[in-house]
Amino acid sequence: MRRAYYSLKELGNAGEEEVSKYLEQKGLRILDRNWRIKDGEIDLICEDEETIVFVEVKTRRNNLFGTPFDAITPEKAFRLQRLALAWMATSRRWGQEYRIDAVGVWLNELGTFDIEHRKAVL
Amino acid sequence: MALSRVRTMTLVGIEGHVVEVEVDISEGLPGYTLLGLPDAALMESRDRVRSALVNSGFSWPNRRVTVSLSPAWLPKKGSNFDLPIAIALLIATGEVSQESCDGTIFIGELGLDGSLRFVRGVLPTLVSALREGIVKAVIPAENLEEASLVHNVGSTGATSLLATVQLMKSGVTEEIEFIKYPERREVNSKDLEDVAGQKGARYALEIAAIGGHHILFIGPPGTGKTMLAERAPTILPPLSNELALEVSAIHSVAGILHERGAMSILPPFVAPHHTTTSPAMVGGGVHVVRPGAVSLAHEGILFIDEAPECTAGVLDSLRQPLESGEVTISRSSGTTRYPANFLLILAANPCPCGRFSGRGRSCTCSSIQIRRYLQKISGPLLDRIDIRAYVEAPTRVEMSNQNPGESSAEVRKRVMEARELSAERYKGCEWKLNAHIPPRELRKRFAADRSAMALLHAELDSERLSARGFHKVMRLGWSIADQKGHALPNREDIEGALLLRGGMDLLL
Repeated sequence: MRRAYYSLKELGNAGEEEVSKYLEQKGLRILDRNWRIKDGEIDLICEDEETIVFVEVKTRRNNLFGTPFDAITPEKAFRLQRLALAWMATSRRWGQEYRIDAVGVWLNELGTFDIEHRKAVL
Repeated sequence: MALSRVRTMTLVGIEGHVVEVEVDISEGLPGYTLLGLPDAALMESRDRVRSALVNSGFSWPNRRVTVSLSPAWLPKKGSNFDLPIAIALLIATGEVSQESCDGTIFIGELGLDGSLRFVRGVLPTLVSALREGIVKAVIPAENLEEASLVHNVGSTGATSLLATVQLMKSGVTEEIEFIKYPERREVNSKDLEDVAGQKGARYALEIAAIGGHHILFIGPPGTGKTMLAERAPTILPPLSNELALEVSAIHSVAGILHERGAMSILPPFVAPHHTTTSPAMVGGGVHVVRPGAVSLAHEGILFIDEAPECTAGVLDSLRQPLESGEVTISRSSGTTRYPANFLLILAANPCPCGRFSGRGRSCTCSSIQIRRYLQKISGPLLDRIDIRAYVEAPTRVEMSNQNPGESSAEVRKRVMEARELSAERYKGCEWKLNAHIPPRELRKRFAADRSAMALLHAELDSERLSARGFHKVMRLGWSIADQKGHALPNREDIEGALLLRGGMDLLL
């Protein structure tokens, strides 16, 4: 797991991988990963008891260009909302309760990941 | 602690209202919401506050920040909310304790480096704060001088956000020394003795100062209309502490208090240019309704040179303040009231080319041009002007006279004596000056003596005087009587009044 170097894409994937493990540990059931339609992509879709949880994962090496949460701009947040509804519609889950979470991931000097999970950010 | 509350004040006119700044920091994506009718300058506060916090060594909460300014219906404006918002944020993030800030109001604009900057209107704000029972304030250090005029409010001047935070942490609010109301000392290089000759115009000005009569000077260019008007404040009685505070408050709101000096007791002199707009004249602005020239001239002189050249409507916008002594300005954001009790001095050339005086030999204007020129000053406005005085070019004798004319101090002494007489007479009345005696009272309690009244009635009979003119002449008569120390205007006083009033058959 520990690596000296990640490309940008690898970093993102590694972060998402880490988060899905973390969430499963917390008792969430992963329903889908990297669900993608024309409008965009949802990183992780899980189920927390009766609630569908859409997760946006942002991975950073440092905070020099803002924290991972800063990277979720209002436009991106709106897109997430739209995508979430689209997924519910296509998955015949219409009417079920849902929420959107953001997870920030930092690659630290030890080569491991720090995770901060913010629930229901929208 | 994620919720905090800090108090500050906002001004509507020269009245301050307490505004509560609440900050809530909640989970969620980083964001900043400002609630409570903020204007553009206030919206920008987010970026100033963020930079000021970071550059003062504090961290910006990387969460959802909601700032609410209540009462929500009151429009908020300007940059003086920066400091209270920053302090409320620091309480919410746990840097400062809530208790240390209770009971204190915070006012100030922040620089990006965290420095605290001068804001307008601190003086009236603190006066209102005192009325609300608030006795502690933290303000920018540059505003301390005016703040020290408000006794009983312990204002602490801070130079930066960091200094404010240290102050709140240490709990030591240093008492400032209150400025004693200044000595009756005037810094004015202008004096009436600079004016050569102009006996008639000087006299008209003196009577105007005694009774609060508005005045119109007519004369060719370069004869001293402006000189005379500029010196009018020096013959008015100096402002009382109460009035000086009121005048300073208006100037503080306009942000020009430093130009005049806090608590100056010389009545203000304001001379808007004739191309000035109505909002500049009576006050205006979109969110911030700023005082106009009429309010800056409160308790002093409003001088409009080249009055007939004024844009249509601007002169007539003076009618409401002339009538009521205040201006009411309504905007979508609400209604603002500013005091505007001034002595109006208008100056005009006799004709477009300006040379139609004396024998008018060098005048190049047609008779119609001449007649139309002064008609640009509307009838209703002229009606409110009691005195019309000609200012003629001084003669060679007057110019070569080595002895200066009478000084302002001498004239002012007479004005103040005369005003004492009228003040005694109007004790318990709603008005204070001769120019404001209501017509009914003029006929009932304040009639002139018998032969003077006979003269006035004769003038009425011969239709040389309207009913309104009749009252104006009587008021002027009272001012002339006061100047001479007469208990009642006599025939001579009324004759003088007729001259002052009617010196301009050319016009009406």
